[in-house]
Amino acid sequence: MSIHTQKLRTPLFYSLLATAGLVVLLGLYAVSLMEHHGHIITGMNNQIVWGMPHVFAIFMIVAASGVLNIAAIGSVFGKAVYKARAPLAGMLSIALLAGGLFVLMLDLGRNDRIIVAATNFNPTSVFAWNLPLYSGLFTLVALYMWTLLERRMNRWIKPVGLAVFTWRIMLTTGTGLIFAFLVARQAYGSAILPPMFIVMSFGWGMAVFLVVQSAMYRWNDKAHDPVVLNRMKNLLGIFVLGSLFLVAVYHLTNLYFARQTEFEHFILGEGGIYPGLFWLGYVLLGSLLPLLLVFHPRLGQIKCVVAASLLVILGSFALLYVFIIGGQAFPLSIFPGYVASSSFGDGQIANYAPSLPEFLLGFAGLAVAFLMTTIGVRVLTALLPHDTQDQHHD
Amino acid sequence: MTTRRQFLNQTAALAGIALAPGVMLYDLAHARPTGESASGKVRWGMLIDTNQCSADCDDCVTACNTENGLSGGKKSTDSQWIRKIELKDLRTGRQTALPMMCQHCAEPPCVDVCPTQASFKRADGIVLVDKHRCIGCRYCMMACPYKARSFVHEPLHDQKTDVPRGQGTVEACTLCVHRVDRGLQPACVEACTKAGHQAILFGDLNDPQSEIAQKVRSVASVQVRADLRLDPGIRYQGL
Repeated sequence: MSIHTQKLRTPLFYSLLATAGLVVLLGLYAVSLMEHHGHIITGMNNQIVWGMPHVFAIFMIVAASGVLNIAAIGSVFGKAVYKARAPLAGMLSIALLAGGLFVLMLDLGRNDRIIVAATNFNPTSVFAWNLPLYSGLFTLVALYMWTLLERRMNRWIKPVGLAVFTWRIMLTTGTGLIFAFLVARQAYGSAILPPMFIVMSFGWGMAVFLVVQSAMYRWNDKAHDPVVLNRMKNLLGIFVLGSLFLVAVYHLTNLYFARQTEFEHFILGEGGIYPGLFWLGYVLLGSLLPLLLVFHPRLGQIKCVVAASLLVILGSFALLYVFIIGGQAFPLSIFPGYVASSSFGDGQIANYAPSLPEFLLGFAGLAVAFLMTTIGVRVLTALLPHDTQDQHHD
Repeated sequence: MTTRRQFLNQTAALAGIALAPGVMLYDLAHARPTGESASGKVRWGMLIDTNQCSADCDDCVTACNTENGLSGGKKSTDSQWIRKIELKDLRTGRQTALPMMCQHCAEPPCVDVCPTQASFKRADGIVLVDKHRCIGCRYCMMACPYKARSFVHEPLHDQKTDVPRGQGTVEACTLCVHRVDRGLQPACVEACTKAGHQAILFGDLNDPQSEIAQKVRSVASVQVRADLRLDPGIRYQGL
């Protein structure tokens, strides 16, 4: 890379930094408004208690774990093509997790008390379990990157890589369990949720990685290796299929249980925006179209792969919106066999309209992840994947 | 000359005057002395007779709002610790009305899921939220099968000294713990009795001599979503 291009890229780097920084500031402004006025300025209420911030946060936390797949394929299963990408995957994982937690923590009603979660640890709470899982992932991935980037530590790559791989599976299991352990809500309380989240994480992480890699290559005037790209896009396709399969099984089991069919009719058929987002957002745009883009013999070039990855990310937001918000919108069955009505929304489909502060906070989380990655790649140029011809045959 | 009837009346009146403070003291003796922990021997509970509950009466709701300093607003962001639910049996068409609030489960899911142990169950079965520990994550609201909890969405004004609340924290029916600890009945129970419905009976389920324990032994009552095995302290009759 010449000194000339380095000079050219500096203004771009700082303008990216400034833009992302502004998005973070806007998010913090939204948080200060939420602290001052209360959560009344969000679209969330006593029926829909988790809203748009949770969609952003859970996407980032799940993708943070999924992106580590690339590192695992390199370090645990010894594929050189992926090994070259392990440092960027590690950096992205830390960045996404930080972005997700940024949103999750700042949405709390009393985010000033977050330390209480450490001083009063409840061993029966999945939320509490997730805290050491998050901090553990930060530590393990940082350690892993050290083994990758410091030559003297290289011999530890495999065991540390294996530890990271095990930990990330546990972390996404924990994310799935947040919902799987909810005993009374029709949308949740299913043992299939943790494996479903794990498989979804593969696709989301791969999609984020492909988008970031492509942007970093472009900004650093690097060209994609077509063989490597081909492998990665095929893997993305397989992950998308896997995710579709588990989502289908989740809905099919629900449809089979008489007590759950009403909920499925709502979420897949009559529930207004939710079935729309599910079929159009997740199934068509977020899964089938990306599959076409990566597997069609005439497609599959870099533009198609980036488009497919962006669509997978869009689809994941649609799916999470349906899962988290649609799942709460359907009324709790407190009196099975009765039609219920009250001043507190019993028996009614709950209303929710996401507000601007929620979006600002969510995008700020993405901007935090973006900032960390952009700075990371600039400071540690080794994060940028370099491909050599002899990698292709292992 | 005092007649026999007058003599008996005066004696009864004197006896009344003499006994009244004793009865009052007996009542006060039921209150828990300051500084003493809630007893695990007690299990506070309620028996709600839906046959006595009138669909057009919401005195229990009003009394709860007044007692606990709630606004009484019905927006989806307003706190409602107790609400009236109207039910219609899908098969028979029979209509029922009942008050719904925190069911004070023996196995409360809100306590299980709370990351900071802010949700807790007292030894005497009352499920509460420690407002100093709650970080406002709302996981308990996701976990509660009865939708009993509310999140404080707005700044609060004119709070009651007995009933701590806080913006950004979760809250629910406390079974009027501040009254119960003084030997009084929860506000909703008192209001229901005053309205002449007597649909809510409050007491110690663990004391075999208590009215509630005797009644749950003799009449059919159910716990809502008993299939979840959470063993709520609130029971319903006539469902």
